[in-house]
Amino acid sequence: MRLNLTVNGEPQQADDIWPGESLLYVLRERLGLPGAKNACEQGECGSCTVYLDGVPACSCLVAAGQAEGHDVVTVEGLAPGEDDLHPVQEAFVEAGAVQCGFCTPGLLVAAHNLVEHNQNPSDAEIREELAGNLCRCTGYEKILDAVRLAASRTRNRKQEAGT
Amino acid sequence: MTAPTNLESTTSGGVGDSPQRPDGTRKVKGEFAYSSDLWHDDMLWGATLRSPHPHAGITAIDIGEALATPGVHAVLTHDDVPGVRYYGLDHPDQPVLAIDRVRYQGEPVALVAAEHPEVARRAINKIGVHYQVLEPLTDPRRAAFDASAPRLHEHGNVVRHQPVRVGDVQKARAEADVVVQGEYQIGMQDQAFLGPESGLAVPAEDGGVDLYVATQWMHVDLRQIAPCLGLPEDKVRMTLSGVGGAFGAREDLSMQVHAAMLALHTGRPIKIVYNREESFYGHVHRHPAIMRYEHGATRDGKLVYAKAETILDGGAYTSSTANVVGNAASLGVGPYEVPNVEIDAYGVYTNNPPCGAMRGFGAVQACYAYESQMDKLAAALDMHPLDVRRVNAVSEGSKLATGQLVDTPAPLAEMLRRLKNIPLPDPTDNSDIRNLPGGVSNTTHGEGVRRGVGYGVGLKNICFSEGFDDYSTARVRLEVIGGEPAALVHTAAAEVGQGLVTLQAQIARTELGIERVTIAPADTQIGDAGSSSASRQSYMTGGAVKTACEAVRASLFGRAAARFGLPEEDLSLIGGKLISARAGVLVALADFLGDEVIEEVREYHHRPTTQVDPTTGQGDSHTQLALCVHRAVVDVDVELGLLKVVELSAVQDVGKILNRTSLEGQIHGGTAQGLGLAVMEEIQLSEGKLRNPSFTDYLIPTILDMPPMRLDILENADPHAPYGLRGAGEPSTLSSTPAIAAAIRDATGLSLPRVPVRPDDLTPTS
Ligand code: FES
Ligand code: FES
Repeated sequence: MRLNLTVNGEPQQADDIWPGESLLYVLRERLGLPGAKNACEQGECGSCTVYLDGVPACSCLVAAGQAEGHDVVTVEGLAPGEDDLHPVQEAFVEAGAVQCGFCTPGLLVAAHNLVEHNQNPSDAEIREELAGNLCRCTGYEKILDAVRLAASRTRNRKQEAGT
Repeated sequence: MTAPTNLESTTSGGVGDSPQRPDGTRKVKGEFAYSSDLWHDDMLWGATLRSPHPHAGITAIDIGEALATPGVHAVLTHDDVPGVRYYGLDHPDQPVLAIDRVRYQGEPVALVAAEHPEVARRAINKIGVHYQVLEPLTDPRRAAFDASAPRLHEHGNVVRHQPVRVGDVQKARAEADVVVQGEYQIGMQDQAFLGPESGLAVPAEDGGVDLYVATQWMHVDLRQIAPCLGLPEDKVRMTLSGVGGAFGAREDLSMQVHAAMLALHTGRPIKIVYNREESFYGHVHRHPAIMRYEHGATRDGKLVYAKAETILDGGAYTSSTANVVGNAASLGVGPYEVPNVEIDAYGVYTNNPPCGAMRGFGAVQACYAYESQMDKLAAALDMHPLDVRRVNAVSEGSKLATGQLVDTPAPLAEMLRRLKNIPLPDPTDNSDIRNLPGGVSNTTHGEGVRRGVGYGVGLKNICFSEGFDDYSTARVRLEVIGGEPAALVHTAAAEVGQGLVTLQAQIARTELGIERVTIAPADTQIGDAGSSSASRQSYMTGGAVKTACEAVRASLFGRAAARFGLPEEDLSLIGGKLISARAGVLVALADFLGDEVIEEVREYHHRPTTQVDPTTGQGDSHTQLALCVHRAVVDVDVELGLLKVVELSAVQDVGKILNRTSLEGQIHGGTAQGLGLAVMEEIQLSEGKLRNPSFTDYLIPTILDMPPMRLDILENADPHAPYGLRGAGEPSTLSSTPAIAAAIRDATGLSLPRVPVRPDDLTPTS
């Protein structure tokens, strides 16, 4: 089977896909985008989270065929440019929210979605938004720090930009 | 010989600073290559057939149909192992592929290499294995004491029995005003790292193999892999690939030999990636334990004796069980002065999954038991739980149960005082149900919810103990690159997420007074660094990097002293400049070095330890000890058995803070795994079979389960360790579990002798 989709703004095509393959497998093994991770492949850990038509989704639960014609953004597509990081990415590194980093790509997509929609989240809101993303290393404290930092920076930037 | 390290004039990004991780940017961009991300032109996928039975004989294996499947390139069994057919961390008793018997469910039996992972998966199901199912031995007590139990290994079912004997417990009983007893149990915990076992094996032209894997200790892997492949060690070249967490689970081999066998056999690169279910079968777990404890104390709370019997279920193969037993024995009474001690710790073989290293390593199990006992004692004496701990607390100059002198600061009483001073959190705001047990499931608005507070104290040995020659190796190269002095640091130490790469660079910056430091990829082209376990890498590889830097500095100062006619002791390196105490700035390091390269390789050993006496358990078996204390606050819905940990506070003595951000991350993460063990994490077994090998059924803490954590970090230097540091990865994992269990007991009045505490335990119906 042949698959056409848009990934990180670029049209992509993959051939000879076995119908049982997930979107996660296609991204990782066929399109050379291993950023989204494969910690459970059962929809439980969030490490494979990508934007599917602008909404965060577990790509391990999306059959490749379901992504036909759709728009996917992965962790590789979050930064505004080659040498820049999105504020969420910056904050994760700065706050120490990254240890092994295996949870990080999924958490970044979830956190990106959060700060895009809410630049002043309460801790309870952050916890709720990120409840689907497991991290085994950090105990989540520094992840909370990172999201607070990213939210406040995004808020400031939006204020500066007058939006 | 060289100028003392001046930590006050910190180079930016040096020791004591919290620079960003050198791999951080790649990790947040999705560019960091984990072992499961590796890819090679022409590669095939490997898959593993595993035994469905916990105990069975194998009479025949039929690979014909699997091999005939289109897309399949190889099907291998034990007959195809090129060299030695067994491996093991301490004792080679684990078959590379099962030979005539399987001893646990999930034991590898055969391998397939195919063009697509799904083809490989389907092919393994076409392999016909003829099993003769045997009765599994699953009761560890039976394995320890019942001579009529089936023998799982030639030398019997006991891996190690380690007694500890001090004084005379019999006699001491008469002196005790109160005696408390308990039988405690710990379930089987999984490390549950997120990055599954995986890697790539690439066959090389010289008949050897290049292995890219996620592991904790490449050299111990190498020493097991090469004999199994029938290759000399220099033909098995290992490079560490990105590691998605470890926590002990990567200390034993998983797919390493299998991938290499398939690569050598097919002549093609082989990728193996376990899925989550296979990962549960693919690594050792934390030893479950049954622990009977008895403590006697005087009316004022002073311990007069302790007696303990601990049985650790090692499962089917030896792994590191003997050393886990060593810790459970030597740390069996914790950081308390006890004049009379009788401990018997056993590690046994059963047909349960193999158990080995997990963060806390034998000390976790003991800590849960002795801390539960301390609370019982406090209750029996009507004392505050912190007071009963304080009056018995070790301090510098105390002796452990092993007779070992505590010869470095051990300020437990002070730590307990500080813990007590941390303000308690406010009562729960019931108006927001997210704060309550059950959360948005809307199970309560505060009715039936009771608050509890509990404490835990843990003592952990740092680095390898019991006479092991523990060392690490580092190569440091100093040269001018692009007009600037730059250092390259090369070790075989595994970065598993803990931040060792950051720390190595910090040490080089501080010792060489420069900013630019690169960490070379870890591989086996350099000497052994030992394992990223036992909280030892800051100490050991940190020590090796420091020592190699000192050697580079000495060589540099030797040349400078000759050139400037100044004594070497006067020289130092600060801010990229060579400085004399008398003459001030002598020269920019870059100018002084010119084209020269200074490179030194050094090994670093910690001070030696001894084995313990096999019958009395006496000996100076540990090189360093570390303390952590926790306070837990919980809310329990006593009607539904739901609970919420409200807050966790910890006081830990780390000797010296090298990187506060990473350090806090270690304490937080260790605390979280302790919380998991206290309230949710358990591999459930029935007749030796795993019932919950998935993240749907094996739960680890989410961000909703973790409370805010307050830390109070002390720096009482250990003069024997580099910079005075104490290993910090594990201690918090010990103390958080008993603190949470104690808080739940405080809220419910239940005795709760077993962790994890399950909802059923909280709503007893009988
Ligand atoms: S890999 Fe998709 S949720 Fe875990
Ligand atoms: S950083 Fe390792 S799983 Fe989150």
